Amino acid sequence: SGPRGEGETWGRVTMTKLAQWLWGLAILGSTWVALTTGALGLELPLSCQEVLWPLPAYLLVSAGCYALGTVGYRVATFHDCEDAARELQSQIQEARADLARRGLRF
Amino acid sequence: MASLEVSRSPRRSRRELEVRSPRQNKYSVLLPTYNERENLPLIVWLLVKSFSESGINYEIIIIDDGSPDGTRDVAEQLEKIYGSDRILLRPREKKLGLGTAYIHGMKHATGNYIIIMDADLSHHVSANLFYRKQKEGNFDIVSGTRYKGNGGVYGWDLKRKIISRGANFLTQILLRPGASDLTGSFRLYRKEVLEKLIEKCVSKGYVFQMEMIVRARQLNYTIGEVPISFVDRVYGESKLGGNEIVSFLKGLLTLFATT
Repeated sequence: SGPRGEGETWGRVTMTKLAQWLWGLAILGSTWVALTTGALGLELPLSCQEVLWPLPAYLLVSAGCYALGTVGYRVATFHDCEDAARELQSQIQEARADLARRGLRF
Repeated sequence: MASLEVSRSPRRSRRELEVRSPRQNKYSVLLPTYNERENLPLIVWLLVKSFSESGINYEIIIIDDGSPDGTRDVAEQLEKIYGSDRILLRPREKKLGLGTAYIHGMKHATGNYIIIMDADLSHHVSANLFYRKQKEGNFDIVSGTRYKGNGGVYGWDLKRKIISRGANFLTQILLRPGASDLTGSFRLYRKEVLEKLIEKCVSKGYVFQMEMIVRARQLNYTIGEVPISFVDRVYGESKLGGNEIVSFLKGLLTLFATT
């Protein structure tokens, strides 16, 4: 198999990110299935069941909202570096003048 | 403490032996160029100014891939102006990849730290900030970020910002890389760290830049961050088209599945 936990990670199993996600989803998924189908023989009160059943859908929608909200916030607060641009322009002028003095033919 | 540190101590004590006094540190800047006749003199001038003002020992290695616009000619003039101990020309015949440019450049680098950056003046920040940050935390890698602190961009429209932030969000969720900006390419590495990472990375283009940070995390290297300003291409146009997005996604998913 491909490169795994490198030289000095001793005794730690390294999974790919994909494997971690699949593993996590499998655990959560099977727990949800077990609880909603009563496969474990657990009889949950009806109110619990009513919440549990649509939970994956709720989580998906929440995740989507979180993603949109986060990206939206980050776009809105994305810093516009006016100062940097201006400074760069003046540095370019200075550079061209100095280099021309030193004999650079552009 | 002893048992937790078992996996780290060999490297740490080795590193402690490698700490040199400031006078002995040398910074090699790798500048792969392709058609940068306009920008190259300016970026070199900025670097020379910044390093000389701080008394840092440096060299700038220009790796030109046979640019048809005369970049090599300009590079030769710069070598004459600043001296061949400061400006090293190590050109190649034709346009090969970024990764191979770094490997090629590193073979000739005599510094113990390597700085990689774009030659197109898009990254505006003093290289000194990187040097200071590295010293501050004794980091293995210092990465420039547009997304934190007072880092940012100039000249980007809304569409580009959305795509950039969206892509970065996805990257953070999927890869949890421990660095806020994976596609920026202004970085400082310890030489041996860069060598090790290049050996391990298999991607091409800018996905390669992403892969380096991901692998660095796997190998437990420490990463510091410095805010940088990305000023959109003073000379020339840079585009973010559909193709770029698709290839970014392909690269991201590949890294997700293999690291």
